[in-house]
Amino acid sequence: MTVGGNALDGPRVGLFVTCLVDSIRPNVGFAAVALLEAAGCRVEVPLSQTCCGQPAFNSGADEATKPIAKSVIETFEPYDYLVAPSGSCAGMIKAHYPELFTDDPAWRARAEALAAKTHELLSFLVDLRGFRPQNVACKASAAYHDSCSGLRELGVKTQPRALLGAVEGLDLRPLEGEETCCGFGGTFCVKYSGISEAIVGEKAQNVVATGADLLLGGDLGCLLNMAGKLRRDRAKTRVFHAAEVLAGMAQRAIGEDAP
Amino acid sequence: MTAPAGNFHDRVEKALHDPQLKIAIERTTGNARRKRAAAVAAWPDFEAARAAAAAIKDHAIEHMAFYLEMFERNALASGALVHWARDADEACRIVVDLCKAAGAKTVTRSKSMLGEEIGLPHALAGAGLRRVETDLAEHIIQLAGETPSHIIWPAAHRTAEDVAKLFDQYHHEKPPAHDVVSMVGSARKELRADFFAAEVGISGANFLVAETGAICTITNEGNAELTTTPPRVHIVTAGIEKIVASTEHALQLTRLLVRSATGADLTQYTTFHCGPKRPGDRDGPEQFHIVLVDHGRTQMLAEMPDMLRCLRCGACLNHCVVYRAIGGHAYGGAYPGPMGSVLTPVFDGLERTRDLPTACTLNGQCKQVCPVDIPLPTLLRHWRARSWRAGYEPKISSAAVKAWAYVAARPALYRLAQAFALPAMRLFAREGWISSLPLASGWTASRDFPKPPRQTFLTTIKKGGKENRKP
Repeated sequence: MTVGGNALDGPRVGLFVTCLVDSIRPNVGFAAVALLEAAGCRVEVPLSQTCCGQPAFNSGADEATKPIAKSVIETFEPYDYLVAPSGSCAGMIKAHYPELFTDDPAWRARAEALAAKTHELLSFLVDLRGFRPQNVACKASAAYHDSCSGLRELGVKTQPRALLGAVEGLDLRPLEGEETCCGFGGTFCVKYSGISEAIVGEKAQNVVATGADLLLGGDLGCLLNMAGKLRRDRAKTRVFHAAEVLAGMAQRAIGEDAP
Repeated sequence: MTAPAGNFHDRVEKALHDPQLKIAIERTTGNARRKRAAAVAAWPDFEAARAAAAAIKDHAIEHMAFYLEMFERNALASGALVHWARDADEACRIVVDLCKAAGAKTVTRSKSMLGEEIGLPHALAGAGLRRVETDLAEHIIQLAGETPSHIIWPAAHRTAEDVAKLFDQYHHEKPPAHDVVSMVGSARKELRADFFAAEVGISGANFLVAETGAICTITNEGNAELTTTPPRVHIVTAGIEKIVASTEHALQLTRLLVRSATGADLTQYTTFHCGPKRPGDRDGPEQFHIVLVDHGRTQMLAEMPDMLRCLRCGACLNHCVVYRAIGGHAYGGAYPGPMGSVLTPVFDGLERTRDLPTACTLNGQCKQVCPVDIPLPTLLRHWRARSWRAGYEPKISSAAVKAWAYVAARPALYRLAQAFALPAMRLFAREGWISSLPLASGWTASRDFPKPPRQTFLTTIKKGGKENRKP
């Protein structure tokens, strides 16, 4: 479904909004649309999308993952690009869909073709569109957590910082262990909740130690994990997806009740 | 390796409620991480060295039979005797028989993870042999009656304060003070007589060098030299994947191994042991036995050859958030951490160990720091897939994943499920947060969950809504 349409000659981007953004934090999806349009893209949101299939894939349930992957491939192959506001979901499509169809040459070829045009939002904006936010202000200090899949599967590291560096008034502070996993890990965090708590507990302490007003990141799973722990610990840190700040749409942080 | 008490979840709970453990692990692994990072930063092109190291190992693995035979020929020519062991039992039996043939009462041992893997300490005790661990950390855990909790620092779970108490209790003379120098001195004194009393010394090997028939040990304390030189008999136990083509290859790998393990350029001792004492040599063993152990490695050659590259440096343990939270003993195998979670199912069977590959966030830092670029997350996920296919997963979680996947592959059904679940979740929210949710205690036990919105993103889009859109 077309949602914007003022950039008539830009690339056609299919927004893979991710299941968590769709259900829990639509504002990240609207921010992604706004940023992609500002970067000159024609954005469409296919309505038949659900999830990338990671919960099944990472459980080892390859056969149960395949129908989900095929549905994503069919839905997004007409676009010039698939862009997702998540390194984890983009990494799943880019790195793991081809692996999933090792024994199925026809689907493997389609998976590889989609993988080649799949991008995480923030790195897409910088690396492919040369985009920087203009006239966006956010007077706050912030810590940035590098989510693991984006960082290690897709090389997302400098791009979010380049984008956030263009936001007026934003003071980005170093975070101890910013490349260390937050303990989310998809189904890991509920299957091994005790271990997950120990990991996110250390992360929350490091975040609080920065004294920053905001915690930002590029993956909603990790952000929900850290925000949930910070809230449980009664910390005052407000948590946003970086896209929300970049689009000037960081009014209500995660957990700040919607009207 | 004897199975530890309790199941994985019980061991994890115990570890998570041990504040001393957290402190001990963080001291050791934190230090190791900082030193490794400095060593890697100082290396002109670490990535190139890493690729070269992986290629060296891959070459040896690809031609493993060829190089093992070359190693055997050259070892025999040097006067060593070579024994082949298919599995752990056979390896232990060979070692025990050699000890008995040597008339041994006391056996010294320098640190060897393969020895732990095959259950050698247990086998020696079963044969009535007095075993003396000569590595400082192994000495500590022998006094404590424990197994190693880290492959480089076996006593990583113990603080110096702990160790002082052990030495006070067990050393013939208490250490004069509890500073590190006094305690190390006390251990040296305690072990000294045994180094010379032992009839047999047992070591592991970091490398088996095909072109010379030598074995290489890499240590920091000199205990390996004192274990292998004075006794009449030196027995080496080594996994067959330790084979490398040449001394040059062994040294190239050593540069990466040591930096990845401790951040140092080299360890204090890098020793190539080649054959027994020759005529005219002042010292050295009269007999030099090398026991080459398969124990699942030929199976790995077919199923996960990448894992045979492992140098046992421990970098993946030091950088693993799970290892740092639960320590080594919770894993229940000889090898903990990411590499252990790949290896233990090979040795102990997947059904008993299925939690190990699953208890991982797949964050990939282990692969990033691995000096030979082993795709540990991929290998762990392969174990998960095998566990799933074999039906080892708990019925309740596999049923939940199947049901979820069924729905996720059907967008209309998925929307319907969202339309029921999300409003239901909203009922549990107070001030924007849910702090307790039926069926989600795994999350809410330690974290709050934000209240879901009234309408999903896709519903809003479908209705043509542009709420929250920037003007």
